[in-house]
Order: sequence, then C-alpha cells, then structure tokens
Amino acid sequence: MIQFFKDVKIDWLANRRIFIAISILLMLAGLSSAVFRQWKHPNGTEAFNLGVDFKGGTVVTVRFKQRPSAEVVRDALVKAGLKDAIIQPVTDKPDIVLIKIPLEGAGGESQAQVEAGRAKVREALSSFGPETAIDKDLASDPNAAFKIEGTDAVGAVAGAQLRNKAIAVTLAALVGILMYIAFRFEWTYGAAAVIAVFHDVLVTLGFFSIFQWEVSLTVIAALLTLVGFSVNDTIVVFDRIRENRRLHRRESLYKITNDSINQTLSRTVITSGLVFLSVLSMVLFGGEVLRGFSLALLIGITFGTYSSIAIASPIMVWWEQRLDIANRASATAANRPEPKSTRVTGGPNRAPLTSGAAKRSRGAGRA
Amino acid sequence: MKKKNLLQRTIIILVVTLAGVYTVIGPRHRPTLHDFTWSGIKATLASNIRLGLDLKGGTHLVMRVKTDEVLKNLTLADANAIEKAAKDVGLPVKEVKAETTGGNYRIILEATDPSKLPEIDDAAKKKLGSDLSNWTSSISGNTIVWTLPPAAQAVIAEQATDQAQKIIESRLDAVGVAEPLVQRHGSQTSHQILVQMPGIHDPERVKQLLKAESKLELVHVVSPPSPQPVQTYNSEEEAKASLGGTVPTNRRVLPYAERNEPTTAGGQPATDQAQKQKKWVVVESPAVVDGSELRNAAATQSRAGGDEYSISFALKPTGAEKFGSWTGANINEYMGVVLNDEVKSVAYIKSQINDQGEISGKFTKQSAEDLALTLRSGALPAPIEYMEERTVGPSLGADSIRSGVRASMVGLLLVVVFMLVYYRGAGVNAVVALILNMILMLAALILFQATLTLPGIAGIILTIGMAVDSNVLIFERIREELRSGKTIPSAIEQGFARAFVTIIDTHVTTIISSLFLFVFGTGPLRGFAVTLVLGLLINLFSAVYVSRTIFMWELSRKRKLESLSI
Repeated sequence: MIQFFKDVKIDWLANRRIFIAISILLMLAGLSSAVFRQWKHPNGTEAFNLGVDFKGGTVVTVRFKQRPSAEVVRDALVKAGLKDAIIQPVTDKPDIVLIKIPLEGAGGESQAQVEAGRAKVREALSSFGPETAIDKDLASDPNAAFKIEGTDAVGAVAGAQLRNKAIAVTLAALVGILMYIAFRFEWTYGAAAVIAVFHDVLVTLGFFSIFQWEVSLTVIAALLTLVGFSVNDTIVVFDRIRENRRLHRRESLYKITNDSINQTLSRTVITSGLVFLSVLSMVLFGGEVLRGFSLALLIGITFGTYSSIAIASPIMVWWEQRLDIANRASATAANRPEPKSTRVTGGPNRAPLTSGAAKRSRGAGRA
Repeated sequence: MKKKNLLQRTIIILVVTLAGVYTVIGPRHRPTLHDFTWSGIKATLASNIRLGLDLKGGTHLVMRVKTDEVLKNLTLADANAIEKAAKDVGLPVKEVKAETTGGNYRIILEATDPSKLPEIDDAAKKKLGSDLSNWTSSISGNTIVWTLPPAAQAVIAEQATDQAQKIIESRLDAVGVAEPLVQRHGSQTSHQILVQMPGIHDPERVKQLLKAESKLELVHVVSPPSPQPVQTYNSEEEAKASLGGTVPTNRRVLPYAERNEPTTAGGQPATDQAQKQKKWVVVESPAVVDGSELRNAAATQSRAGGDEYSISFALKPTGAEKFGSWTGANINEYMGVVLNDEVKSVAYIKSQINDQGEISGKFTKQSAEDLALTLRSGALPAPIEYMEERTVGPSLGADSIRSGVRASMVGLLLVVVFMLVYYRGAGVNAVVALILNMILMLAALILFQATLTLPGIAGIILTIGMAVDSNVLIFERIREELRSGKTIPSAIEQGFARAFVTIIDTHVTTIISSLFLFVFGTGPLRGFAVTLVLGLLINLFSAVYVSRTIFMWELSRKRKLESLSI
C-alpha cells in the first residue's frame, strides 16, 4: 500500500509567524506591483493587464497561409494607423495570430469603437493579399492569403459593465460562503476561512499584476472557482477539528488543530495534486482561450491548499484563544468558579460552541 | 436484508447508467446500424449536445436602444402638436420650447396673455388626448410647463426597447438566420438587447439590416405645381432663406440626392439625365403618411433586364384613405418620397393615387431587397448602437472543441492512473464513479438543454479533479479507520459516514460560488457554472452512492474479507 503521509507529527502552528509573514510579503509584492503600475500610468487601468472584456477594444484572430513574423504584421498595422497593437502568435497553432488593439475612436460612440478596430485591422491585413471569401475555407481558396477567423470587439461602456459585474459577483460569492460557514460552524471559523480565501484571491491577483497576465472574463470564473476550492480545503480541516474536539475534550485546541491538519494532510495533498494535474492539462492542451483561466487556477489551487493550513487554522486558533481568555476574565470577574476548566477554549457561557457541537453531533448521528 | 438492499442499489444504478448512456449517444430518430459505429456515435453526440457560439461558430451582438432619442423625438413632436392645437383654436402663443437635455424632458409654452393659459392647457389636452396623458402640466406666470416624469420616461423607454426587440426578431426571421437568440441583456434600465446568431460568421450585412432605421414618409413638397419644375435649392442655407431664415415647425428642409427629373408618381420609369449634385427641398411637416401605414414593400426591377432596382410599396387601408384623399386634392402638386430624412424621389401627382407607390433610386438588387425587408418589418422606434460584437469562425470553434476534449482526456487519464496506482482495488471504484459522472453530466446537459461552452469544458475538467476529492476523502478515512484497528465492514461504514459530512460542506460551498456565477454571469461563463454545478450534484450520486455499492458488493462476495485493497 502506498501511503504518502503516515503518522506525520508536524507542528504546523509553531511556524505560523513564518507562514503569515510569507503571505503578507506575497500580498505586499502584488499590491506594490499594482500600485506602482497604476502610479506610473495614472490615467489607465494599468495595475492589471485587463483584456478587451473589461477595458474595451478588439481582438482579431487571423489564420494565415504563410504566417508573417510579428514585426511584419506590426508594420502593416502601423501603416493602417494602429500603433498600440499587441501581436500574439498562438503557440500550439502555427498559422494563427491574435491581434489585440485598444479602443479605437475613444470618447466617441461605442458603435464606432466596436467597428473601427476591426475595419482597420482588415485594411492593414489586405497588404498581405486578399482575404478568403466568407463561405470558403482558407485552404480551399488558392488566391487568399488570410482569413479572419474570429473577432471580439467590446465598447468602453460594455467593458465597464462587465468589469463592475465581475467584481460584484466575486464579492457576493464570498459573502454567500461566509454565511454558509457561519451557519455550519461558528463565526470564528467562517471568518478565518474567508480571510484565507481573500488571501488566495489577492495573492493570485498579485501574480497577474506582477507578470501582467491578461485578466479576462474567464479569469474571474477561475477566481470564483478557487474561492470554492480553497474553502473546501479549509472545511476539510475544520470538520476534522470539530470532530476531534468532541472526541478529545481534554486536549488543547493547539494540539487538536495540529493533529487535524496532519490527519487530513494526505487527503489535502492528493486532492490538490489531482486538481493541479487536471488544471495542468488545461494549461498544456486547453488552447489559448483557457490559458488565463488555467493559470489563475494553478496558482489559486496552490495557495488555496497552503492557506487552509497556514492561514485559516492559525487565525482560527488565535481567535478562539482570544475569546477564551476574554471569557475567563469575565467569568473570574463575576467570581464564578470555572466548572469545566479542562476545556481549553469556550467557557460555559459560550453558547456558540455548545450549539456548534450539538449541531455537529446531530450531523454525525444522521450520517 | 442486506442482500436485498444491495440488489435494489444495483438496479437503481444500472437503470440510471443505461438511461444516461442512451440520452448521450442515443439518436433522436429510429436507430440505424450506422448509429452504433464510432463516427455514428460522434455525429449523434454532436447533434444531441447544444454547443455555445464559441464552439459552434457564430456571431454574438450586444446592442443598445437609444431610448433617449425616442424621448427627445416625442418631446419635439408633442411640442409641435401643442403649438398647433393652441393656434387652431385661435389662442395666442408667444413661444413653445422643448427641453431635452440632462434626462429632463419638458415643453415650455409662453403665452402673450396669461389669462388664456388654462384655455390653452385644455385645448392641448383635447387635441392631443392620450398622447398628453404621460405629461404633467403646471401653470405659473405666463408659461405652462409640461414635464415628463421619470416613471413615464421609463415606461416609454421600456416600450421602445420591447418594440425594437420584436422588430429585430422579425428582421432576423425575414433574412433567414437559423435559430437566432434575441433577448434582453443586462439590467432592465440599460435597454440592451443580445442577439446570437449561430452560423453567421460575417455579420456585416445582418448588422446593417438590424440597425437600419428605414423611416419612410410621403410628403408634400413646397413648390409651384407642375408643369413648372419642382422648386429645389442648391444649399441648405438657400432653402432656409426662402422660409425667411428660420424653419417653422410645419416645414422641413431636406436633402434631395440621387434623383433626376421628376416623374409622375405611381411607378413611371425615370428619365436618364442623372443629376449628381445634391439639392435641397422644402417639404411640409408632418408627412402625409409614414412607414407605419405600410402594408407591403418589395424590390422590383426598374427596367426589365436592368440592374437597377426600386422598391414598390402598398399602403394599409387607413393610410390609403388618407393618401387617396390628399392626392385627389393636390393634382399637379409635387410629392416627395422621404427615406431616413432624405428625399429619394419627387414626382408630380397626375391623378389620385390610393395605395401604391414606389421609391426609385439607384438601388442594387441586394440593397433594394434589404430596404424592402426593413420597411416591411417596420421602423425601429429608436436608433440602436452596437456595444459588443464577437464572431467565431467555424474552424476556430472546432479547434476549441479539439483542445477542450484533449485537455479533458489528458486530465482524466492522469487522475485515473493515479487513483489506480495509489488506491489499487478501491481506485477502480473511483474510476467507475468518475466515468459515470462524466456520462451523467453529458446526459444532464442534454436533458436540461443547457449550452456547452469552452469555459463549460473547463468546468468538466475541474469536476474531474473535484469529483475525485470525495473518493479521496472517503478512502483516506477508511484507511485511517483500518489503521485504528476496525474491522473492514465497520471501517467502510465509518469511512463513508464520517466523510459524508465533509463532502456535503465542500460541495455546498462550491455550488454557492457557482450559483452566483450562473445567476449574474454572462454568456460563456454561465456554461462554466452549469457544468460545475451539474458535475458536483451528480458526484453525490456517483462518488458516494455508487462507490459505496461497489464496496458492499465486494463485502458480500466473500463471507469474510481478510484484506481490503485500498
């Protein structure tokens, strides 16, 4: 029998300061990248490399018979008056080029913005030879030099709408998850899980800012997915903590948390590894459209796994201990003896813990 | 008892699996032998699953109805009508102004005699009737102000958007776009319409057709009657000068292009002395009849065998009555055919015309047909503008399908290999559950008529990774229970029971975030949420119920199981 982790006894919480320091450093790096870029280009949204979905602009996908080099395409575009085009050859398809141009006719009507870009690209490309007729294939047309396979043109207004919607959806999903965890666990658990998820989202966005990977609609989907995934990971650990607390009432929360992380470590590593593998296959074989999506997930899954061990658990333990100290203090102040002093956290007057334990034992009984 | 339970479970699983397999690859017609070959199965699969535009190819357009234009035009027209109503009953009016800026639509009437204001208000109410019911009027000093309250603005804008949507639908239908999708987009107040047209890869012509305003009017041209030539002007200024410098509300100055010598109305061929120069004419306002009175319009060849086309039209009975009595009373006067505020042709009225007319001009066959089509479908209540336009060519879509399928296969393979190596016997459970999950997910997509998009394929790949998580949770738990010295049956029992709580929690959180994506997300992203949610729901059946049954079956095979392959 293969077993990756057998009877591991790592004291995770002992390293909590290092973990949190690493996370803060990563988030600071992302933040400073975003702030610095924004400050350097004060009038643009340069903190992130926003795709046409969010910024407006045009992407034209062109298939060439003989693909010209990026420089040649750029020259042709400049001649047609398109100076800021990004020319991106598609790695796994040697005949396709993506041409991305920012909003044309900015300040004008969105109609003009939507149409001008493509018209100009078409004009520029005609210097390479005629375009294939609409109903024909590039290969079956002997005279044609290229074919426009697809276009995405988004006006500034539509871009702003999509952007606002994406932010609203992500935040709403986070609130939804917080509410569910607060309902299933205690609110300290929920808060810790959501802080960890926020951390994952921020770190991932930081990577996107630092490396200037394009943020498109699919990246938002990836962020939402990693929110779900990271919370999953945290829940698996928290579920185990909840269970162990009931079984070993005399143990300290510190030890229970460490034990729970260790007991679920194999599952955590295997699941994350498998999801990582399937996402990796998307990065490698999923094509250009899914690249941003899969990159975001790849990073998000890595940090989502890390954060449930290194961020969510320490925060939860710290919080519970703080509450416990506060409770003891108030209990002593009221000059009441502590009947269950063996329990490390949660005095007798802490209703949430009792109700949480009751809820859980109901759940176990049902299963 | 236990045996019976197992049998029952097996039957349920078999029925669900068979139903799933049949839904996925079963043809929707009487099956032939070909349907069971590899290519036959592929073809059936392709026709059963509804592919999104990004995979099938097509055009996605988001347009906005410029409802502010509707409100503006309405304000101008009502201001005109109010002035006319007051003058008709002989009440003195100093000035009528229409304000249409900053989301405020107001008509301000200034009277020379303030005491007449209530009378003017009444006269306007009587004359305009229901047209004025949206407005609220107030009298102060020597002015009456009619205001269009925001609620009324919203209602009018909403009606205009609905009407535009219907017109767009009928135009798409008329031009023969297969299976178009036309629906409202974004919030209710954004007045946007989404149009998806599968199979349309170059949308230029359709786009022009959709936004064509095609406002047709038949007007009285201000000119001395025939046989004098029609009165035209060489510039707009000149035309205005003839009206004394400013254009009164009952006159319009319109460009008159393309046409040559005036001909008789009613379909007489034009003479051939083309005058390219743009001219201007003064016409009476309002028009005698407009496009809303149109019964039919068709492209006709101007001359047999020629390549010039014109549009002949027929009027509805109500329009024909108006037109007939007007032409009868204006023999030898000049009549103009105005299309989108440009005079297309001018002709003198030879005799009474009832319901037939013609727009002549230098139309090609295509442009004449397109114009006739847009005339038939009615004029858009307001101009529309495109905000977003995406096209996907067929080969690009096919490429995306290929890379999506390849990525799923590789992902599936990696996961399967790992599960079999790491969990051996139990790994088979997981693999069976995973494959069943894939089949049932496709079946669910087909049953719910959900659209599969490229992000949807990403959702499937992600489901592979996440579905296996349930099995990992269960198996790890069983291993733990075995290590703690439990018997095999009770370890399995405990493993499933303990892991189940966690599985529910992890599924619910992911479903919550996917639901937000589905409800508020757009286009292809919804496809992602759909496959992920379906995959996770099915997973509760496949990874828990099915996998459990396989364990039960293993246990029942031997009286006493010495070792569990896990």
